[in-house]
Amino acid sequence: MTDRPIKVLIAKPGLDGHDRGAKVLARGLRDEGFEVVYTGLRQTPEMIVTAALQEDVDVVGLSILSGAHLTLVPRVCSLLRERGMDDVLVATGGIIPDEDVPALKDAGVAAVFGPGTTITEVAEFLRANSRPRD
Amino acid sequence: MARTQPGATPSAADELCDAALSGDRRALARLLTAVENRTPLAEAAMRRFYPMAGKAQLIGVTGPAGAGKSTLVAALIAELRRAERPVAVVAVDPSSPITGGAVLGDRVRMQAYASDDGVFIRSMASRGHAGGLSTATTAAAALFDAAGFDTVLIETVGAGQSEVEVAATAYTTVVVEAPEMGDEIQAIKAGLLEVADIIVVNKGDRPGAHRTAAQLRAMLADTPREARPGRPSPKHPDVLLTTAPTGEGVAELLAAIDARRSAEPSTADGSVRLKRAEAQVWAVLSDRLHERIRALEGPIEEVAVAAQAGSGSERSVPAAELLRCVAANELDPYTAADRLLEMLTGTGRPGTVFANRRARKDPT
Repeated sequence: MTDRPIKVLIAKPGLDGHDRGAKVLARGLRDEGFEVVYTGLRQTPEMIVTAALQEDVDVVGLSILSGAHLTLVPRVCSLLRERGMDDVLVATGGIIPDEDVPALKDAGVAAVFGPGTTITEVAEFLRANSRPRD
Repeated sequence: MARTQPGATPSAADELCDAALSGDRRALARLLTAVENRTPLAEAAMRRFYPMAGKAQLIGVTGPAGAGKSTLVAALIAELRRAERPVAVVAVDPSSPITGGAVLGDRVRMQAYASDDGVFIRSMASRGHAGGLSTATTAAAALFDAAGFDTVLIETVGAGQSEVEVAATAYTTVVVEAPEMGDEIQAIKAGLLEVADIIVVNKGDRPGAHRTAAQLRAMLADTPREARPGRPSPKHPDVLLTTAPTGEGVAELLAAIDARRSAEPSTADGSVRLKRAEAQVWAVLSDRLHERIRALEGPIEEVAVAAQAGSGSERSVPAAELLRCVAANELDPYTAADRLLEMLTGTGRPGTVFANRRARKDPT
């Protein structure tokens, strides 16, 4: 089979309870031909990384609006590396101040998608940058 | 088959299988992906794993969308973990017939086991497979089985009335219904309820739950005791009530599943195994046939002519050209299929491939 769908985990780490954006993105990526695993609200980094591992996803997308991104996102990235998933692309979205973006990128985040990003832009980025699959 | 692919050399495949068998969850996850994507690695893994499988208890959980299958599966995981039984879950959700994409949302209800190595949950998209499962479900269950998960829960897509395939995959089929989803007429319709070993009326705390269970029991009481000659014996499912979020009735459900497993004579088990084997072999055979037919090449004059005329594909691929003829109503599908089979088995002559083709009458 050629042209396999890219598998994406959309996760909401931490305590914020706003997942409209995550759901809109999950649905939008579905329409772009991705297989999207959505895991729901209030996930710990450990839960997210376990889900990413069991689902063998190509991409982990983290949606955060709580302001805790500098704590939670690096934790997810380092857990992914610890468990041998350094080939998994990590992207974040939500409310993230510009000045925090370099720190997130240093932690291993490939892209930060803020408000106003279109789903097509996200889809194109993921297609271009997720790991090659066998 | 002598196909090569980067990352799937024999030794790499062996290493990955060894790792998965020794408890490496990432290796197991990667093999599951290979099985979903039907890569050569999957074939290598199945050759290793399949002889080790056959011990696990496969439990199918099916029922309409929104009946509470995922929540009930989560409650069953909790019950199984209380007894320290390792459990794997294959949760299937539908793929879009239009884009091929999918939203896999079953994990939302199954979040409590992130640090528990005895639980492995895998979501799968149905990828165009009808019947409530994906093509890879049975193979995935075999991998989990061989990797030491002695219980595998298979959750189907939200099933309508006739997605009964899970009954040929699992030893025990649990059909989940919700209260007030239909009257007695729904209970006597053919399909899903006929393949149930256990019927669960979930959301047992809702009004009408007991009434729904009573109606189902009343309708099922008329099921004949004996099988008619040449037919499988009719099932006599228990009807149980559960409230999945509180866990009420779930211990009883697991006990019923286990009791069925130990009481069931091995012949019933054997017939499920045969059905499953048949479905698996037929599916692989159909894949292989497709592959070989798509790869057929033939010096077919007419194909070349058609290509020159710019009316079809540029390659002289008989399959594509025959499909085009069927699409244009120049050839019927039966003849086209026979021609392809003849070419495959070498009994057909190139010149006869389009022998029955007729010029399409132009309506003008």
